[in-house]
Amino acid sequence: MTTATMREIEFRDAVREAMSEEMRRDKRVYLLGEEVAQYNGAYKVSKGMLDEFGPRRVIDTPISECGFAGMAIGSAMMGLRPIVEFMSWSFSLVAADPILNNAPKMLYMSGGQFGCPIVFRGNNGAGGQLGSTHSWAVEGLFSNVPGMKMVIPSNPYDAKGLLKTAIRDDDPVFFLESERLLSMKGEVPETEYLIPFGQARTARAGTDCTIVSFGRPVNLCLEAAESLEKEGISCEILDMRTIRPLDAGAIVRSVKRTGACVVVDQSWSFGSPGSEVAALVHRECFDDLDNYVHRVHTADVPAPYAYDLEQEYLPNARRICEAVRSCLYKA
Amino acid sequence: MSSFPPTTIISKITPRGEIAAVTALKWLREMMLIREFELRCMQAYQDKKIGGFCHVYIGQEAVAVGTLAAIEASDPVVTAYRDHGHALARGMDPRHCMAEMFGRIGGCAKGKGGSMHMFDRANNLFGGHGIVGAQIPLGIGLAFATKYEDEVINGGTSKRVTLAYLGDGALNQGSVHEAKNLAGLFNLPVIIICENNGYSMGTAISRGTTMGHDIASKALGYGFEGVVMNGMDVLETYTAMKELVDRVRATSRPAFVDMRCYRYKGHSMSDPRKYRTREEEERYEADDPIGRLKAHLEGRNALTEDDFKAMQRDVRTQVRESVEWAEQSPPAPVSDLYRDVYRERWGPYTGSSDPEMLGGSENQAGFAATDPKADLL
Repeated sequence: MTTATMREIEFRDAVREAMSEEMRRDKRVYLLGEEVAQYNGAYKVSKGMLDEFGPRRVIDTPISECGFAGMAIGSAMMGLRPIVEFMSWSFSLVAADPILNNAPKMLYMSGGQFGCPIVFRGNNGAGGQLGSTHSWAVEGLFSNVPGMKMVIPSNPYDAKGLLKTAIRDDDPVFFLESERLLSMKGEVPETEYLIPFGQARTARAGTDCTIVSFGRPVNLCLEAAESLEKEGISCEILDMRTIRPLDAGAIVRSVKRTGACVVVDQSWSFGSPGSEVAALVHRECFDDLDNYVHRVHTADVPAPYAYDLEQEYLPNARRICEAVRSCLYKA
Repeated sequence: MSSFPPTTIISKITPRGEIAAVTALKWLREMMLIREFELRCMQAYQDKKIGGFCHVYIGQEAVAVGTLAAIEASDPVVTAYRDHGHALARGMDPRHCMAEMFGRIGGCAKGKGGSMHMFDRANNLFGGHGIVGAQIPLGIGLAFATKYEDEVINGGTSKRVTLAYLGDGALNQGSVHEAKNLAGLFNLPVIIICENNGYSMGTAISRGTTMGHDIASKALGYGFEGVVMNGMDVLETYTAMKELVDRVRATSRPAFVDMRCYRYKGHSMSDPRKYRTREEEERYEADDPIGRLKAHLEGRNALTEDDFKAMQRDVRTQVRESVEWAEQSPPAPVSDLYRDVYRERWGPYTGSSDPEMLGGSENQAGFAATDPKADLL
């Protein structure tokens, strides 16, 4: 990739480009969700797509998540490749039955007869003072279910490449974006590329401590690593990109070099990707570790509304730094 | 009809069309096959050869046979958990249907679905779904897909009609309401057929559903027609259904059917049926859909008692052989546990393949023999 083909675009543009390119390539791909068409997307992710693809392929739905998620799943059983936009993953909870009971299990329960090539995507994690009902991070809740794949990009480049892979994937993909990242700018090539699932990216190379993270918190890890470097602590940050499949090999190889591991995960700690990674590292790197795996999660309470409380509730650079220092006995 | 289940037998809601004797004889055999199959299921369940939940279709045979006779092979079908009758009427070999319930590899879903989850891609049967009402959003999605394929991808006009079945107990699920609204909004060519047997498990329709005496009228609230049909007389069922299917195919507008019927057995195998009287059951049993068609054919001199007995023997033999076939089919091997979770092979998941019924070929062509993604969880 030459830098000449690079340009800087926003995360939301990257998501739109991925959808539009795949819709141009494959007529079976369509987009549906609340306000995706005439309103141009509640967060302007699908801006202009109605004009290009028309109302048969960019479809406004009523506020009816269970109904339209189930409808899209039925169409995927017939071989269409729907992209379902949840305005927020918080709203996907009323569609729990179709997205958890139908999409990920259809292939298994039909004995291999009916797959479900579908992408569910939307904003995940706290958007900023939205209160508890609207601030869900669904990683822990949904990644528990076999049969689904979960993707969680941290930057525009990954968002585009991973979403294109998701749309082409024959299995159901839960694609977790972040309202807080939609305006983030990043370099994205003009030429086509896809990023395979299950390949972590080394967001920063380092020698003292491996930080494993997913999605938006990767950016907080980078911030923390900058300040820790000034203290003489060198962090290696793994951006996992996908939670299922999880690139266990990348984690293990890195931890075997650094001997220390901190997991930063914006879901609640109990039964989460963070606890899964900790279990993996304790099992695979038991003799390499100088300390137990430290974990930074969202506080184990419902999301508060008040600004200061929410800041403390979410993973942040200060808490990541504290965890790394503690893990390295430098607290 | 102020209350349902009514104390009088439903009849002649719609006129019977002129059905050729050879066709009616075929339907008679199909209904008898379903009944015999279900009787053997009950027996096998008592013998603990079938596990889990098992809901038999005895009494409702005319619904599956009459409605499915009214559509084309390319029309998609989806139903709820009382699905053996639909699977057989749609054309599934009873051997694969029985083997599924026995948890054998020869089952339609290799023993991974069970009684409530019958799937048959060759016959466009998209399940068998266990969560009450969940199949209706899926069903409108099937209709969305046929319309999208016919119109957006192929540039023609919508040709196919989807049948989506539910029981009266599913009427009050939010998913069903949402799906009906979407079907009306998007003009989807789907017929939502409520097999109204009067009971949501043990709850009479009047105890759980507003306007339980006239559920068809509720369709108007979603902007499409609701039709009452007699599900106890296959000739009436077919005639009314064929007319509706033709209309939905032509207009690409959804429709709702209040299909009046009765299940002779309990909701599931563990139901002592204390919520209804023996008298009520006897009234419906006297109006048996198989007996009705038999009498009709005898009246036309198209069937003799000897013919009927021969047909019964024939059906018994076929079902007995299905049971034997299912018993001889090997149990699903443990190695199959991690198959069919994902199309693609990664970590412990070893890809997917079609069941024996469809030829058993791999679904993901050409993945590496040695797993390059072994270190992925």
